[in-house]
Amino acid sequence: MGGTAGAPPFVGMSELAFADALSRRTSRGRIRAFDAAVLVLLMLAIWQAIGSWTNGVAVSPPLQTLVYLFDLLRTWMFWEHAAATLAAFLLAFVLSALIGLALGLIFGVQRFTGEVAEPILAGFYTIPKVTLYPVVLLVFGLGMSAKIAFGVMHGLVPMTLFTLGAVRNLPPVLIRTAKVLRLSPGRTMLWVLVPACLPDIVNGLRISFSLSMLGVLIGEMFSSQRGLGFLLVSGMAQHNVPLSTGVVTVIVLIAIAANTLMLRLGKRTAHRSN
Amino acid sequence: MTRRRAVLFVRIAVLAGLVATLEICCRAGIIDPLTVIPPGDMVASMINHVGSGELDESIVNTFSTIALAFVLAIGCGTLAGALIHRSSRLRDVADPLLASYYSVPTFIFYPLLVALLGLGKAPLVVLGVLSAAPAVMISTLSGLDGVSPVLLKLARVHRLSPARTLWWIVLPAALPRLFSGFKLALSYALIGVIAGEFILSGTGLGYAISFAYQSFDNRAMYGLMLFVLLVAVIANGILYVWEGRLARRRSSG
Repeated sequence: MGGTAGAPPFVGMSELAFADALSRRTSRGRIRAFDAAVLVLLMLAIWQAIGSWTNGVAVSPPLQTLVYLFDLLRTWMFWEHAAATLAAFLLAFVLSALIGLALGLIFGVQRFTGEVAEPILAGFYTIPKVTLYPVVLLVFGLGMSAKIAFGVMHGLVPMTLFTLGAVRNLPPVLIRTAKVLRLSPGRTMLWVLVPACLPDIVNGLRISFSLSMLGVLIGEMFSSQRGLGFLLVSGMAQHNVPLSTGVVTVIVLIAIAANTLMLRLGKRTAHRSN
Repeated sequence: MTRRRAVLFVRIAVLAGLVATLEICCRAGIIDPLTVIPPGDMVASMINHVGSGELDESIVNTFSTIALAFVLAIGCGTLAGALIHRSSRLRDVADPLLASYYSVPTFIFYPLLVALLGLGKAPLVVLGVLSAAPAVMISTLSGLDGVSPVLLKLARVHRLSPARTLWWIVLPAALPRLFSGFKLALSYALIGVIAGEFILSGTGLGYAISFAYQSFDNRAMYGLMLFVLLVAVIANGILYVWEGRLARRRSSG
């Protein structure tokens, strides 16, 4: 036996694998409307309970938060912060997706390089990257570029690992066919590898999306003067509880909406490629 | 086997080369010492700071918090996973929740947790559990899914009691998946606790790093950073090797 075909799954891959296992399972049964309604009500009740238990010192109750949010969404200040976060996040996400895709394709095709790189990447995935944020700040300076770099640090690795895994598990016949047809490396990637790996690439994009958002938000929470992360921390520092609760609500809703959308998209591409 | 060794060799060479390049760039003045200090100095600073004993309290604090969060996450996660597995209706509700759980950046709850529980160990433990427990739940579910029905039928044929079925059949069959959940739980708990300390806290290693950054003490900052990263890499590495052994023993026996 040659190579590492029988090797244990990789550190980073287990997270990736369970995300996959879940998306496969959820297709089993539709969640019943009644159960979903009960779930939402239960969550609102818990939220309300925490809010009233602490007398609104830490968390403001749902209704109050909603009313506050409604006002907040009409202020210019909120949109300025949201735009700052959105710009940093979009750049970070696009960068990590493109670089991750390219690296993943290269590492997937070049087996040896891939085997060398994979544990390094997976190791990087599991370390607490927050501790490295000061270095990012020292290198990039306070501001937009530091946030973007930190977002890329979070989002790049899962994208690379997903693409790498997908390319490696492709039937070799596809790559051989591409060779027989004398496709250039660029065309092989564009016409053979990317379409064949599309479901995994969409999954990678999903994870990379949420992690680069995490990176950007942590960057804003730690040291920044703009963005939703900053707004959240400043809301807490000023004891403006509805503000911080409102910002958390907005972020959670956006994150879940984006994730659900991409899960759907992933399922559809997986359907089509079968 | 030789190929595997070659891969390992090249990997070590690449890493060593990166460190050496950084060292040379720093020493030659290409990289400003105010930005990054040479790796040699980082190691010296780490030995200095950790060896001096001034950090003992922070180290004990941080690692006891991580350990507590890890144990709680494993306990709660396995229990919740097993419960959800029993009821398919609960499962239908829980699956989409778990599928989008990790898309929500858990850290944004931290300021709320601090306001709720005060500055101290409690919000950090909760943050660690919040980031680690769902991973354990997910892996418990997939581990229990992976127990083949034949094994359960076998248990019934042998008239094993539920406790014995669990111990002799279900647990060994689900162990590899469970273990990868535990491994993830460790790294998530570590990330959660240290990130919490880093952003907003008065104690622990994460705080020490952010304090060193804010007082422009680069040497201390890099030394501490190296220490935290080394501990994280070693802890994850041990579980990684262990997991590999488990998987190999399973496939050979």
